[in-house]
Amino acid sequence: MEKTAPTTTKPLVTIRPSTGWAALNLREIWQFRDLLLTFAGRDVKLRYRQTAVGVLWVVLQPLLAAGIFSFVFGKVAGLKSPGVVPYFVFSYAGLLGWQAFSSTLSKASSCLVGNSQLVSKVFFPRLVLPISTVFSTLIDFGVALAMMFVLMAFNHVVPTLAILTLPLWMLLILIMAMGIGMLAAALMVTYRDVQYVLPVVISFLQYGSPVAYSVVMAMKKLPPQYQPFYMWNPLSSLLEGLRWSLLGSSAPAPDWNWVVYATICAVGVFIWGAFGFKRMERKFADVI
Amino acid sequence: MSSNDLAIAVRGVSKSYTIAHNAPNHTTAAEALIHRLRHPLDRPAKETFWALKEIDFEVKKGEVVGVIGRNGAGKSTLLKLLSRITEPTTGVIELYGRLGSLLEVGTGFHPELTGRENVYLNGSILGMSRKEIERQFDAIVAFAGVEQFLDTPVKRYSSGMYVRLAFAVAAHLNPEILIVDEVLAVGDAEFQKKCLGAMKDVANSGRTVLFVSHQMQAINSLCSSGIYLDKGRIGYMGDVQTTIQHYMSVRQTQQLETTEIKRPGTGEFRFTGFTTDKGTYLSTDDIHLDMEITCFGQTQPGYFISLEIQNTHGLPVLHLDSRLLNQEYTRTDLRRLHMTIRETRLAQGDYRITGVICSTGGVIDRLEGGAEITIAPILPYPTRRNDCASFAAYYPDFEIEEGPDAETTPRLLVENSAS
Repeated sequence: MEKTAPTTTKPLVTIRPSTGWAALNLREIWQFRDLLLTFAGRDVKLRYRQTAVGVLWVVLQPLLAAGIFSFVFGKVAGLKSPGVVPYFVFSYAGLLGWQAFSSTLSKASSCLVGNSQLVSKVFFPRLVLPISTVFSTLIDFGVALAMMFVLMAFNHVVPTLAILTLPLWMLLILIMAMGIGMLAAALMVTYRDVQYVLPVVISFLQYGSPVAYSVVMAMKKLPPQYQPFYMWNPLSSLLEGLRWSLLGSSAPAPDWNWVVYATICAVGVFIWGAFGFKRMERKFADVI
Repeated sequence: MSSNDLAIAVRGVSKSYTIAHNAPNHTTAAEALIHRLRHPLDRPAKETFWALKEIDFEVKKGEVVGVIGRNGAGKSTLLKLLSRITEPTTGVIELYGRLGSLLEVGTGFHPELTGRENVYLNGSILGMSRKEIERQFDAIVAFAGVEQFLDTPVKRYSSGMYVRLAFAVAAHLNPEILIVDEVLAVGDAEFQKKCLGAMKDVANSGRTVLFVSHQMQAINSLCSSGIYLDKGRIGYMGDVQTTIQHYMSVRQTQQLETTEIKRPGTGEFRFTGFTTDKGTYLSTDDIHLDMEITCFGQTQPGYFISLEIQNTHGLPVLHLDSRLLNQEYTRTDLRRLHMTIRETRLAQGDYRITGVICSTGGVIDRLEGGAEITIAPILPYPTRRNDCASFAAYYPDFEIEEGPDAETTPRLLVENSAS
């Protein structure tokens, strides 16, 4: 064995131990785009296998959730929609953004543990897994959004120019969910506790964010000393913004100072999540 | 060697795992919590375990290398490092070509998806592009022989069909360097033959292959060179025949407990040594077994020795009893016995030898699986044909002779004319 053989050709791949923060290697993820789409396709296909009404659940789920909301908050608690639209439409608009957030977060966070077989037996850039979960959320969102337009038409709500900002709100909500999701997924490999803590956090956030009510309502009820805490939750501005983009004048506009803050948070969390995931990635196969 | 024809270079690669010792064994979360509260600074003792230590080797393009070694020798770790599933602790690996690995048949198969969907899923998991899969789809399905069931969820497949489809996808993988873990041990004999054929095609197509198997016959017929791993180090590396011989000649030793023996039996006598001369034998080899028996009890009955050789299913296939030789032992001091089992003619596979010391009063000591041996898959008959190998448990010695005047007088006619 000659260890000093002159290297005339460069190796295609060099494997060596890595330490500290690593580059995201986006090119590699691009090379694996077929796999990314296959994973996404698998998740979508699997969801309604062996169900009687199949894809109809995509429409039914947000409608049922909004129905429960308008019963509990609208009828029992007596919350009113701030604009002219019925409370049902108001809460449906809030749920639209909320469900995009919560389903991305819970799917991304369980992507490693749920695919442990793959992680320990096959090589691929691990970031492919959390990214692939976004697609099924986007499909759900698309269907729920179409339903939203139907509801708006029924209630004679004409979209304003604000609707042009809709993709931006959605993007911010998604990258924030992804950021937290990637961190949670990486932590869950070692600490399965995350699996149990996360649902609690998600349901706390659902009631602690303006989904069933608007920020204005929360500010009216909350004692002044707690009000800043409420706005520290970046979701407050993002969900409020998404609802405003849909309902226009029928929903309160977000506070733009807090929107800037929320944008910085979302982007920051996403970057932190991606690099944190990448950093913990090297021990996934050994620990999972 | 010019580095132009290098496929894999492994330089000083080690891999360590941390294993925890004395971890308190709590059955409930509450217990664990109480323990944590009482001993907040308690940390389980940790030990570094080197799965691979300072591995150096090079594989040339087009070489087919068999990797052999006992369980836990580091074979799978090596494959995982090469396929980038896990990182080395130290050292560098250079790959000169696209690498595809198959560490398990059917990774990523989803029971709810149909056969067709799983081909695409599994194919892209193994690194094929969508176009490649589309091009190979018909060949994959034909190889697996599941045409009728393409649109049935694989959870309704028989286990044979499942494995066939899974292997078929893998067999159509086309990387420059292919890494295959023990995957031939699946399916029925017919399909195994097909798999071996597929592997041969890959090996003959000029691609570089690293192949792990416990089936020496497969290694022998597929590979040109071999690497023998022993406890995380390279025990031998060279041409495949010599490597297999090295692997087979290593003596299997097992440390027996000599104090506080918790085995079944009354315990007046105990096995304190139980070793075979080798770890792997040919079907026609003699097995030499050394036993050491120590007296612990005050009452000293006469005893006899009884051995069971069990296959991997726990079925005793051979039984040897010293009473058959009219041998009973009464000496009470330490004694060593040497036993020769002539020409076991056992079929290929792993076996456990269980030793029992008995008296008329019952079992004195029972050493379950005191030694483990492997019978190499090389037939005891003068043939080199793999396709005649069956899965019998035992290969008796036999011969076939032609009778006198076989072709001249048909037997039936002679009998008729006599009556």
